[in-house]
Amino acid sequence: MITFTPRDKVSKNWTIIAPILSIFLTIFFGLLIFTFLGYNPLETLYQVFLSPFSRIDRISDIFVKACPLVIVGTGLMLCFRANVWNIGAEGQFIMGTLLAGSFALLFPSVETKFFIFIMIVIGFIGGALWAFIPAILKTKLNVNEILVSLMLVYVAMLFIDFIVRGPLRDPMSFGFPLSKPYPDGAIINKIPFPGIGYLGQLHYGILLILLLIPISWLFVNKTLSGFKINVLGSAPKAAKFAGFKQNTITITVLLLSGGLAGVAGVIEVSANIGQLQPEVSFGYGFTAIIVAFLGRLNPIGILFAGIIIATVKLGADNAQMSMGIPKVVTGLFEGILLFFLLTGETLQKYKIKWSKVT
Amino acid sequence: MDALMLTIIATSIPLLLAATGELITEKSGVLNLGVEGMMLSGAVGALGAVLWLGNPYFGIIAGGLCGVLMASIFSIFTINFMTNQVATGLGLTIFATGLTGLAGAPLVGKTVPSLPKIEIFLLSDIPFVGEILFKQDFIAYLSVAIIIFITYFLKYSKSGIVLRAVGDDHQSAHSVGYPVKKIRWYATCFGGMCAGIGGAYIPLVLTPHWSEGMTAGRGWIALALVVFASWIPWRIIVGALIFGGITIAQLVGQARGWPIPSQILSMMPYLATIVALTMISGRISKSNSVVPASLGKPFFDTQ
Amino acid sequence: MLKFCMRIFSLFALGASVLFFIFNSAFAGTPTKVGFVYLTTPGDHGWTYAHELGKQMVEKRFGNDVKISVVENVPEGPDATRVIRELAKQGNEIIFTTSFGYMEPTLKVAKEFPNVKFEHITGYKRSKNVATGNIRFYEGRYIQGVVAGLMTKTNKIGYIAAYPIAEVIMGINSFAQGLRSVNKDASISVIWANTWYDPVKEADAAKVHIAEGADILAQHTDSPAMLQIAEKKGVLGFGQSTDMSAFAPKAQLFASINNWGPYYIRKIEELKSGKWNTGDGPNHWAGNDWGGLKAEMLLISKFQNMPDSVAKKAQEALDGLKSGKINIFAGPLVDNTGKEIIPAGKSLDDGALFRMNYYLKGVNGKVPG
Repeated sequence: MITFTPRDKVSKNWTIIAPILSIFLTIFFGLLIFTFLGYNPLETLYQVFLSPFSRIDRISDIFVKACPLVIVGTGLMLCFRANVWNIGAEGQFIMGTLLAGSFALLFPSVETKFFIFIMIVIGFIGGALWAFIPAILKTKLNVNEILVSLMLVYVAMLFIDFIVRGPLRDPMSFGFPLSKPYPDGAIINKIPFPGIGYLGQLHYGILLILLLIPISWLFVNKTLSGFKINVLGSAPKAAKFAGFKQNTITITVLLLSGGLAGVAGVIEVSANIGQLQPEVSFGYGFTAIIVAFLGRLNPIGILFAGIIIATVKLGADNAQMSMGIPKVVTGLFEGILLFFLLTGETLQKYKIKWSKVT
Repeated sequence: MDALMLTIIATSIPLLLAATGELITEKSGVLNLGVEGMMLSGAVGALGAVLWLGNPYFGIIAGGLCGVLMASIFSIFTINFMTNQVATGLGLTIFATGLTGLAGAPLVGKTVPSLPKIEIFLLSDIPFVGEILFKQDFIAYLSVAIIIFITYFLKYSKSGIVLRAVGDDHQSAHSVGYPVKKIRWYATCFGGMCAGIGGAYIPLVLTPHWSEGMTAGRGWIALALVVFASWIPWRIIVGALIFGGITIAQLVGQARGWPIPSQILSMMPYLATIVALTMISGRISKSNSVVPASLGKPFFDTQ
Repeated sequence: MLKFCMRIFSLFALGASVLFFIFNSAFAGTPTKVGFVYLTTPGDHGWTYAHELGKQMVEKRFGNDVKISVVENVPEGPDATRVIRELAKQGNEIIFTTSFGYMEPTLKVAKEFPNVKFEHITGYKRSKNVATGNIRFYEGRYIQGVVAGLMTKTNKIGYIAAYPIAEVIMGINSFAQGLRSVNKDASISVIWANTWYDPVKEADAAKVHIAEGADILAQHTDSPAMLQIAEKKGVLGFGQSTDMSAFAPKAQLFASINNWGPYYIRKIEELKSGKWNTGDGPNHWAGNDWGGLKAEMLLISKFQNMPDSVAKKAQEALDGLKSGKINIFAGPLVDNTGKEIIPAGKSLDDGALFRMNYYLKGVNGKVPG
């Protein structure tokens, strides 16, 4: 039998070993499953984990894919740190995109790129408003935020579907559920590199991450609000004793995470799609939950986690192109990785002891 | 009307089963968000078993077993390794979506015989009701039996009371000497079995083939149903029929040319759940008997 | 520990890249590299499966002269752009993107790779190196209408449609024209699934149609679920995109089969001989290649589960469409509110078909949106 005893303080060694060990264990189990299913395990590993790094434009596409995941993940980090379970980022992403997109479509001839900043603000508001519903229900009526935020994902999906098939449908789209294209001012351009041209889809939206990571790091580690969030999450009783306003913190983290999800939506759609369509998110809101945990609820960790998950997603595409492996393998790797990482978290806090069954 | 009612019932049964299982899991204090994943594995397992063994009844067993297998994975991590339940549950769904996609690839395009209808002697001849209630397949009867069983179990049996005690206050339950972890393992696996059979119902009765992610969000609706029913078993039947009814109503509305956009109708179940949640939460703050108080909290076993 | 991990890791990387190299050089000849992008998997038994069959015909025809890469399950959005670019980067010389939603991604990537040829299926925007190809699916639906009109006893036809786009609407209207050519009392009810592929939802829609009294079902969605329900409930229906009689031997009357193979083969041959072009013609409807029964891009499977007299009528309709004797959208045409679309003596041109946003007589309700 295995028994756990709490450690006096969080183990430093395990903090470093756990993620590395998790990745290796994931690879090991991945190998096992692929061998069992009759695929060449080494080639699968190469395709899924290494091939995305094999060309510079592929590497830049990793960052493009990681961009929305990191932005949403950073917002969720705040929630999860405060023990607030927002799992509806997908819906907040959609509503932010929809609000900002509808706004952009009101100005069909805008050209100035300054417009993007307005859209980002509106996207933030849209996402935050959608997160405000679980926030207010949680704080005023003690309604479980997990289920409310999750239900609102479906409402948001159906709502954008309704909007782009009805009111916002482009009359020139021959009935296809697409809005008119965004005006020039609402498009985020790709970054040109002198002498090379474009690198994959690498766009200016990436720059936001460079801003977001240090800011959020400072916020959670160096500000009083960040401290309060941590305390509320790890020691709610202490937070109460210290007189922290729990409701204010809950509302704040939900609004921030909803807002960031909305911003991620604006950037993703403005950079990569350029119009509204029924599907704008492709599960980023859900995957970001994994990213937040994988990054151990730490901004720099989330950056790396976003890159790892993006790598696996792109790698799965490559594996499919060259080996015909169904693309769903990404889920397999994500799931196993998450299981091991979470276990690692436990091992940080507890010592493990093996003993005979009595 | 008869035929419509049958369709609604058929649509409701996977929800009903999965939600009932999850109810027991949650009563023990475990929140398993992996219902969607367990349903998917039940679906793929059932189809595989029927293709291999030929008899649709093996599909039910295989579906249940696959669900239990997934629930065991969840239990090892959340109960033994005390990982975060929300994250692990999500991980389980993602993992199972991937695994079933891979495992289901060779099943794509194959079809199996459906589960036969069982007529209950004499009762099935009652006009209107007979056709709907007493001419169903095995899983449909099973799901009603399970509901009756757990209603009795939770209310009157000693084990049921222990289960609730574990879910309400695991520390006290532990100090009285109940094996908290073992009980949670059983409850989670029961949830997995029900979800697996619910998932199996899709290929065994609704559409006899496999496609990736074919449960299409039903697992999440099941989670909502548990809350909608405020953890009272018989209300799950009502909730499942409402959800199923609305799903079918938006199709009927189109066939008959009702002037409501189908998306707005489709939103109703989700909005209804939020309203129901809000309403019962008001009550919860007064008496703490509805929601298992330890729901979602990992239990650390102080030796 | 860390050092050790790094070593293992680099060993992996080395081994894998060697493997990759071996794999690459194994195909050192100069076959034409062809790429396909699929929306779902061939397991849908409908739309993507039909493309898969086309791809297999290409393989059979060219053998080692082509090297094909396929990417399945590509969502219509940023992923599509990346996947198409990746295929172009990998040296594919012609890339078939097989869903409407790939239109903008295809055009975007085509701009970056002027030497690669792109074939966008069912789109309406072309450029120097983007051609478009499509099938006149609606022709098969006319024959379906004829058969349905003769076979129905309840005079209620249940139609399950994906999205209210012109292509689907013209299919419904064509069905109605066929239906009313033999049976003026029958009418069509439409349920919009708002998805191309969701077997459970399609099955539910089929059940609702049957409960509402329909005894003939038609579909413009991709899975065989509708026919399986028809089979179980003892009503009749039509297969979509591929022959689905294996799923419903007693229920399928016939299937309209999308035959992409000849089109793909022709375009690849054109590429090999340097004659590939995007054709000319108006830009507002599906491009230069819009073939139907006559071009054999649309095939009709065996007529079954119907009396000989009905099969004979169906054959007549098929022959009439092939020879051009039957003009489906010939005036006078009135929509289902009684408004005249065109007077007698005129007929709708292709452009007008792609602007359809109304139902013709014989269809109940109105087009959503």
